[in-house]
Amino acid sequence: MSIPRLYNTEAIVLRKLELGEADSILTLYTPHQGKIKAVAKGIRKAKSKIGGHAELLVHSQMLLARAKSLDTITQSQTIDSFIGLRNDLWATSSALYVAELVDRFTEESEESQPVFRLLLETLRRLCNARHKELALRYFEVHLFRLLGYQPELHQCVACHTSLRPSSCYFTPDGGGVLCSNCRHRNLVVCPLSLNALKVFRFIQAQPFAEVDRLKVGPSLAGELKQVMRRYIRYLLERELKCAGWLDRLERESPVSG
Amino acid sequence: MNSDFLPTAKPMARLIEELHRLPGVGPKSAQRLAYHLLSASEEQARALAEAIVALKEKIILCSSCQNITETTPCSICQDQRRDRSLICVVERPMEILALERTRGYKGLYHVLHGAISPMDGVGPEDLKVRELLARLQDNKVHEIILATNPNLEGEATTMYLQRLITPMGIRVTRLARGLPFGSDLEYADEVTLTRALEGRQEV
Repeated sequence: MSIPRLYNTEAIVLRKLELGEADSILTLYTPHQGKIKAVAKGIRKAKSKIGGHAELLVHSQMLLARAKSLDTITQSQTIDSFIGLRNDLWATSSALYVAELVDRFTEESEESQPVFRLLLETLRRLCNARHKELALRYFEVHLFRLLGYQPELHQCVACHTSLRPSSCYFTPDGGGVLCSNCRHRNLVVCPLSLNALKVFRFIQAQPFAEVDRLKVGPSLAGELKQVMRRYIRYLLERELKCAGWLDRLERESPVSG
Repeated sequence: MNSDFLPTAKPMARLIEELHRLPGVGPKSAQRLAYHLLSASEEQARALAEAIVALKEKIILCSSCQNITETTPCSICQDQRRDRSLICVVERPMEILALERTRGYKGLYHVLHGAISPMDGVGPEDLKVRELLARLQDNKVHEIILATNPNLEGEATTMYLQRLITPMGIRVTRLARGLPFGSDLEYADEVTLTRALEGRQEV
């Protein structure tokens, strides 16, 4: 039996690259094929039927046609355009940051329905969560759990004893936390306050509805962000482009996330 | 494509190689164009060559609006009949041509030469944002029309500029989002339809 030429899939648009006069190459995240690239012909014309249905960060139902190299998007119908994101520069930029993380951390054609669901839920949360910064941390922690990079937060990664309730140290290359006795075992460490450790554990164990109720002040939120940034920088061996932009926006006009 | 491997006369191989570098020109199209130019008249070939050289030698950016021009300030910025209290901000020079074709806009322009795109590492400092802010210092401008593209990067650019310019006491507007003329309502996406409903007008 031959494989059908046309197939239906849900997709979230992660990236868009211009191709020729009016075409684009889109990077999509789909529930059953993971990340794929596809061509959208004529999408940049004002009268394109696909146009807004395949814009960045839109969740759509798409019909694709198989081709030798890149599949072609033949139809697209928006399921959710996350309109709440689009009127707020910080939320738009955060959603791009989320898309960049998924794009960098996943390989093409590796199915992961949980990653798809996490991405979808995170985009919704960036529209309407009370604490949008925490929605980003929740996304990072759970993306790493799903991809096998979950940091160890309950025992020291060097001596394997349970952590006592005191300040400790996070080591990106050790993949977790060091107790104060073992901190000198690793050169690259950053201090982790007890409160930050507690919030990370809470994020790992609880659903987002619970996490969204936490009261996290600006300095603790900043610490959580910096720890994740260091971990991401270590895993990717590069800086995320959207991260610098988010920092700049926050410097120029601090957001209440 | 390396011209040394082409079994043809050196000048021909060199032209094929140069044409091949243009966007959308594959090896076969490059060959066809090169052989066409060989059989074309002397004047035609010379006109093309001179047009290309003139493009690089004579085109500069207007010191005021940053549009491509031969003289600075450009003809639009020099035109005394245009409304100097109104600036329309666009991403690329081509968009000025599109807006001028409407014959309905009588203000000035400003070309950003791109849009903010965090994923591609394009920030405000890569665009002509500083030049735009400099034009607003003399209090002569009363309104800025943000005419960036109706996509995510364009919207991000609009929101960023709005944040910078509104505190200066200047009216900031953007082009309406609506349905393209001659299209079908059924294919419109939710963002466009929502904005079109918000901006509906008395008939």
